[in-house]
Amino acid sequence: MERFGANFLIAGVVTFLLGFFLQGVMPIITLRKVPVKTVEEMAANPPDSFYQLAEDYPVEFQKVYGEANPQSFAKALRTGRDVYVAEACWHCHSQFVRPVSNEDLRFGPVSTAEEYQNDMFLPHLFGTRRIGPDLIREAGKRSNDWQMAHLYDPRSVNPWSVMPGYVWFFDADRRPQERALALVAYLQWLGSWVQPGARQAAMAPAAAPAPGGAG
Amino acid sequence: MNATVEGRLLVRYDLIRAHLTAAAAFMVVSMLGGLSYSFQLHNLYPFSGIEWLSPGRVRLVHTNMAAYGFIANAFIAGLLFAIPRLTRRPILSDALGWVIFGAWQLIMVLTIVGQLLGYGQAIEWGETPIFVDPLVMVGLVLLVINMAAPIVTTKEEGLYVSLWYFLAAFAWTGLVYFMGNYLPQFWVPGTAGAAITGLFIHDLVGLFVTPIGWGLMYFFVPMLLRKPIWSHALSLIGFWGIAFFYPMQGVHHFLFSPIPMYAQYGAVIATIAIEVVVLTVIVNFFGTLHGRAEAMRGNLAIRWFYTGMIFYGITCLQCAFHVTLTFQKIIHFTDWVVGHAHMVMFGVFGFWIFGLFVDLWPRAVGRDWVNPRLLTMHYWMTTIGLVLMIIDLTAAGLVQGFSWASLAPWSESVIASQPFWIARTFSGLLIIAGQALFLYALWITAREPAVTPSLDRAAVEAA
Ligand code: HEC
Repeated sequence: MERFGANFLIAGVVTFLLGFFLQGVMPIITLRKVPVKTVEEMAANPPDSFYQLAEDYPVEFQKVYGEANPQSFAKALRTGRDVYVAEACWHCHSQFVRPVSNEDLRFGPVSTAEEYQNDMFLPHLFGTRRIGPDLIREAGKRSNDWQMAHLYDPRSVNPWSVMPGYVWFFDADRRPQERALALVAYLQWLGSWVQPGARQAAMAPAAAPAPGGAG
Repeated sequence: MNATVEGRLLVRYDLIRAHLTAAAAFMVVSMLGGLSYSFQLHNLYPFSGIEWLSPGRVRLVHTNMAAYGFIANAFIAGLLFAIPRLTRRPILSDALGWVIFGAWQLIMVLTIVGQLLGYGQAIEWGETPIFVDPLVMVGLVLLVINMAAPIVTTKEEGLYVSLWYFLAAFAWTGLVYFMGNYLPQFWVPGTAGAAITGLFIHDLVGLFVTPIGWGLMYFFVPMLLRKPIWSHALSLIGFWGIAFFYPMQGVHHFLFSPIPMYAQYGAVIATIAIEVVVLTVIVNFFGTLHGRAEAMRGNLAIRWFYTGMIFYGITCLQCAFHVTLTFQKIIHFTDWVVGHAHMVMFGVFGFWIFGLFVDLWPRAVGRDWVNPRLLTMHYWMTTIGLVLMIIDLTAAGLVQGFSWASLAPWSESVIASQPFWIARTFSGLLIIAGQALFLYALWITAREPAVTPSLDRAAVEAA
């Protein structure tokens, strides 16, 4: 009798492990050859937008990060990711481009597994819903100023937007505070590793979509 | 009369009442969260500019309270009734039962507060803050010890189907929770981490909510219809099929992602297999209903249960289609999936829980429903509201998906969604109005002191 009951507990453990192996461990094994990079390694070469950020908002930037360099960039990336998680941006934005539905034409090159093998994607932020567009190719698509204005009040740049405004990232004078700076640094980093021009190349075969909207 | 075993009450109705009350309270929290969030999509968000009520954070509260506040609490209440009845043994310790009750509500409050303060975790359906996760693990282990004890020590001959499901769920839940909340957060980055969160999203529904839900159905339906389950063979096929195929389909939440393609194909095949299995379970239950169909009219609990099963059949049919790569191209990332999620979590499990309430609440408060008409209205408002919501979101999903594929500017998809989102808010309001009647019915029934010490009609019926 007691043995019989234990059977179901054991069955539970075994079936769980089988599924876990097939769907969880196997992908880990497949990807094990790609080394996992640290945040510091990812931040070794900050994109121009980060230096630009230090020039655009010198006082605020100085206060939080001092100088723009790989160390401060690593710090900004971490904070930016944490803010993205805290506000659950990932419920409205995905972070991977699929090879279907013309997504490469809209967003840029299709995502590959290697891109995500680093500690910035611990946890990964793939997302399962798009109310707003995918963000994994956001780097360089908009200026820092656009991103700031958009975070403060999305409808100031896109009147049809349904994205919430994040006024608490800014002070009473609407100057960006740490979270705004970090988040913009993070957004401008997303996809910055993809060859410049790759997006244009992907766009080339198709007629260019209407300006300002397709992205 | 409530039987006693070795000087202890067999079923602790006070504990059941506490869990049911908590379930109803968190259901309200969850629904208000969902409702407020829906207003964001009309740019009418009521708490705009308030940091701790940021829409993203409120959405976490909406889903987590639905899963852990509403469904988990109500399921614990169901287990507290079903397990002692089936094993003729009380739970391990009543005191431990109260500790678990308190701990679970504390976990819920910490989750809400943590998420509103910005400590939500980026694991879908596992957004409980990182500092709450260890508490949940401890809570689950205690729960399993308390509930598995009577099953393991029962002197009954042979274990009834419900107990198979409960035991398997006890083994699964802790493992699943640990896997999903810890691996992708601390150890497995990127694409492989996504495979594991996919597994978690799926297993939470498949290995926690589904087995307990079906286990409760296998108990309550025969009890209320006063006839045995139609086919024991189908029960066996259903259980082992679910146990085998359900745990291996997580990656279907990330089709066309960079996760290795073999894992994606594996998930697709396992998903189609499970639909066949699940069909056998549904057939078994409709076979049981055969000849007693008038119970759908006369017995409200049965009506909730079977309406939920119809939704279950529809979702499963839906799954078999939208797990295919053809459907995925268009519907992934859209409101179609949101409709599907509401149909599963609310239309199936929520409805089963309402059925549980209909039967358990009078036992728990020792008083018959004061105004059953309110309950009928609750049923119709909830059902109509949900059906409208599902149709609306499914259609919205198609519009969004085709708009994106057509390379129309993003604004097109947002603007085209507006009418659908407005309809969704109204369908949600209808559902919530139904719940208001329900809460009122619960309250007026519980308000007065018990007329009989412990109303226990089914003690006779079940025996
Ligand atoms: C309610 C859903 C929602 C939430 C939550 C949300 N967004 Fe958005 N987001 C949108 C929508 C819709 C758009 C498209 C309209 C627009 O540009 O505002 C958008 C656009 C964007 C864009 C512009 C993309 C481009 O280049 O066109 C960025 C960047 C962005 N969001 C970042 C964020 C960040 C960061 C957060 C979290 C702090 C966030 N979003 C939270 C819905 C959302």
